[in-house]
Order: sequence, then structure tokens, then C-alpha cells
Amino acid sequence: MADLQTPSRVDVQELRASFPVLAQRVNAGALAYLDNAATTQVPVPVLDAMREFDERDRANIHRGVHTLSQRATDAFERARSTLKRFVGAGPGHELVFTSGTTEALNLVAHGLSTAGVAPAAIGSGDEIIVSGLEHHANLVPWQQAARRCGATLRILLPDRQGRIHVEDLARLLTPRTRVFATTACANATGERPPFEALLALAAGAGALTVLDAAQVVSHNAPDLASLACDFMAFSGHKMYGPMGTGALVGRCAALERLEPLRYGGDMVTWVTWADATFDELPARLEGGTPNVAGAVGMAAAVAFIDQVGRGAIDAQVRALRARAAAGLADIEGVTVLSATATDTAIVSFVDATVHPHDIGTLLDEQGIAVRTGHHCAQPLLDHLGLGPTTRASFAVYNTDDEVDRLVAGVARAVRVLR
Amino acid sequence: MSDAESDLYQQVVVDHKRAPRNFGTLAAPTHQARGHNPQCGDDLQVALRVEDGRVRDIRFTGQGCAICMASTSMMTEAVRGGEVEAARQLQERFRAVLTGQLEPDSAQLGKLISLAGVRRYPSRIKCAMLGWHALMHALNDPNGAAAAAEEATP
Repeated sequence: MADLQTPSRVDVQELRASFPVLAQRVNAGALAYLDNAATTQVPVPVLDAMREFDERDRANIHRGVHTLSQRATDAFERARSTLKRFVGAGPGHELVFTSGTTEALNLVAHGLSTAGVAPAAIGSGDEIIVSGLEHHANLVPWQQAARRCGATLRILLPDRQGRIHVEDLARLLTPRTRVFATTACANATGERPPFEALLALAAGAGALTVLDAAQVVSHNAPDLASLACDFMAFSGHKMYGPMGTGALVGRCAALERLEPLRYGGDMVTWVTWADATFDELPARLEGGTPNVAGAVGMAAAVAFIDQVGRGAIDAQVRALRARAAAGLADIEGVTVLSATATDTAIVSFVDATVHPHDIGTLLDEQGIAVRTGHHCAQPLLDHLGLGPTTRASFAVYNTDDEVDRLVAGVARAVRVLR
Repeated sequence: MSDAESDLYQQVVVDHKRAPRNFGTLAAPTHQARGHNPQCGDDLQVALRVEDGRVRDIRFTGQGCAICMASTSMMTEAVRGGEVEAARQLQERFRAVLTGQLEPDSAQLGKLISLAGVRRYPSRIKCAMLGWHALMHALNDPNGAAAAAEEATP
């Protein structure tokens, strides 16, 4: 473990001062917030940026001729540019703000399966392939889309260890495959599928490709320029930004195929009693007043990540995950899922006889926050022959000491209840 | 400050979790139902033989957290051999204690009082109630057909 103790990572103690929520006691211990895959905490600079917007520039965006409206519009579009740069979007890409990853994925699934001026991109007899590692947010919208347009939904199943194989996708792809959707990291297990190769293979077969990047943007944001990716979804609140924020970013040609999810103000060009024409991207997919302060907050979160350093954050969370996985695996009866995964911030585990809810309650007693249950991935856990799990997930502000408390807490819970 | 280890996981609770009473299947039950909480995976099947308004026998199978298993195990002990009406009243008192509407000391819960601490853990009340939901479902709908995917709510 000596190599994990080297101070080359991040000065965590200094950084923790930027997260006021961390400095509190919960029940009988100092808060150890290890539920970052559900939502990360927000640093002061992000809170400041949002407050400054609301205190100085708040107005509705676009079409306003007054100064505050122009400032708000500028702030919103600056945030868009910042986020596009963050994920490596080029001139052929556009970014649409959403309320989060779930809305972004629904926008894609709905938009490809619903006819508007143009016929739906997915038709009767077509096929949609979704990886078996998905959060329900990247599965259920595709179930509904398939039902809506008479398509068939196929699942790219992982092996018994929860790993996805490129050869298995090759066998599933057909000339009727219209969409392939996968996660960049499974939220329930921490497994990191070979998404670059999967996306390239599916795109080569003529499918539109969808990437759920929610679990990686905080420490290892994908680079769109080097991916065969038509649509990528992510959330602000899992990357040190505000809740209720997210984005769909993708190739303009692909985004233009989406029938809008929301019709109304700000997404139209010409409206009569009987009909309307729709605006260009990105406005076309952003009907209604957006969460402008949220977009400003997301951009501030990007600045925070870049200031700390993406490489440093990634190294920090990987080291914490490795330390936790090793410690937990040493507890008799405990099995760590995706035990060999290295580039992930998530460790999920089960005990032979002790239920995750009981472990979670006993950890909470010591101020250690973890998530327990199915993690919105019930079919995956069923497929792996598992029930609910306990999941700890790490952010840049977590410490080796917190990991050690987690391991000791789990060991104690197992001892008390077994 | 609460202490889950002594408050929630009392020795009697852990004992029932480790060795649930009346655990198994029942030949020729007159009433049965399933209790299922899809969010946490807890899944129980409760079967009874009711004759002349009395619970002649009761068994349960399935899996769940310690609170769920202990509560269901103690439930079977408490209602076995008694009147159906008494089982219904005990369920009401137990539920009222967990939801804070009745003080534990005045609820005549017997051994089940060891689970009264659950009232301080709102997210765990559904765990303690799951077996009871299945019991009530079985008594109200003997064939259990409509209860196949019942969700647990306090």
C-alpha cells in the first residue's frame, strides 16, 4: 500500500476546505461521504458562480434587448462553450442543456423513435442494442422506444464476471441495428466496458451510437473528438456541479434527427395558429426557460476540475478505489464486484450472509454514507446472480482514512450480524 | 445519539435473523401471499393454515435484511395458534409503533418490542413491515393471486 500513500496525488485537506458540507459529524462519526456515484458535493467556487449570476445577471435569455438579458444569454452560451471544450466537442458537435443524464437519454430515445416532420429514425423491424451494464435510465427509455416504433430491443449481456466483450457485440449487430447504447462505467458494479471499441464497431455497422458518461465525467471525461459517438449524456451533479443539470452533446447531424421532447417557447422560428417551424440546434432541443444558473454552475465545475487537474483527480479516485477493493476483499465472506477494474471510482460488494441495508445502516451510524440496493440496475444484478449490493464511490475530496473507516465499518457490521 | 448496534440490532433481533423461526413451506396452506420490495430485493412468501378463525400454522420462506427476517420470524411466533382477529390487531399496533403513532410500552408487543427502535430509522420501516404486509394480504386474499408483486409501504 506504500505507493498509495505518496503525497503526489492531490492536497486533499486543502481541497476539502472548499466543500463546507464535508465538515460535519453525522451520528457517531465525522461524515465520510462515499456516495459520489449518486451525487458529488459542490465546491464553494461553483456555489459562488451561481450566486453571482443570480445576484447580478439574472434575466431570461435570448430575444431580450435589455442588458441583463444579454448578460444572461452570454453567460449561458459561455457555459455551453466551456462544456463543449471539456468533452472535446469540435465544430461538427453541438451541446444541449438538460436536467440531467436521464433527460438527455430520454431526449435521444424519444427523439429517434417519434415521427415529426420527418419519419422516426427507428422503424418497425429495426433493432436497438443496449449493453447489459446500464442504469435503468439507459434501458427503460429504449424499451419504450422499441415498443413505440415496433423495433426489437437486444441486450449485449456481460459475462458472469460482469465484463462486456466486443466479440459479443459483433455477433449482435445486423443491417437492421439502428442504435447501440452503452455506459462508459457501470454505476452498479464499477465495470468499465471497452466503450471506445464498442462504439466504433457499432458505428461501423451503421448504427447511431449513444454513450452514458455520467459516471466518468468527474474524473475521466471522454474525448468526443476521438470517439465514434453520436450522442453522449452526462450530469452536472456528478461532476461537482449543481443538481438538476446535465447535457446531451453529440454530432450535429445526429442531433438534427431527434424529434424534440418539448415544444414551446425558444425552440421555434415561425408560429401560426395551425403550425410552427422549429429553430436550429441547439435551441430546437431546448424548449422553455433553461436552468441558466445551473449551466453557469456546470461551467464553474469544469473550471474546478481543470484547476485541480483531471489527471490528478483520476489518480486520486483510482487509488481510493483500489485501496477499498483490496481492504474489502480481505474480509471473509465479502465479494467485490468487478474486482480487477482499475479505471473506476466505484466499488460495489456483497457479503455472503449480511444484507446491504444492514451494512448501510451500521455504516451510517458511524457517519459513513454509502448506497445500498439495486442501484437502478436490477436486471444486471439478477444476471450476475446477485441481489442488492453495497456501493461506495469516491471523489477527489475523499481520503485514505475514510476508505480505512469504510473497510473497518464493513468488517464490524459483518461480525455483528453474521 | 442513537446507536444502531444496541438499538436496532438487539441480540434477539440478530438471533431471529440467524435462525428464523417457522421458516419453510407449509403443506396445503389455506392462505398465502408474497411480499416483495423490488428496491432492495427483499422477497418473502407467507403461508398459513387457518381453521375456525384461528391461525393453526404459519410458515415463511424467502430472503431479506436482518430487520425484515427478524420481524417476520417474530411475527410467525406471535400469531401462530392465535385468532386471526388478534393477528390483525397486533399488526395494527406494531405498525402504529413503527410509524410513531403509538408508544412501544403501551402497545403490548411482547418480543416484537425489540424492533421498536426501527421507528427511529424511517428508511427501514418498510423492511420491518414486509412480512406483515404479506400476512395481511394472505388473510384478505387467500389465494394470493393478486399479491404476486406487492410492494412494501409502511
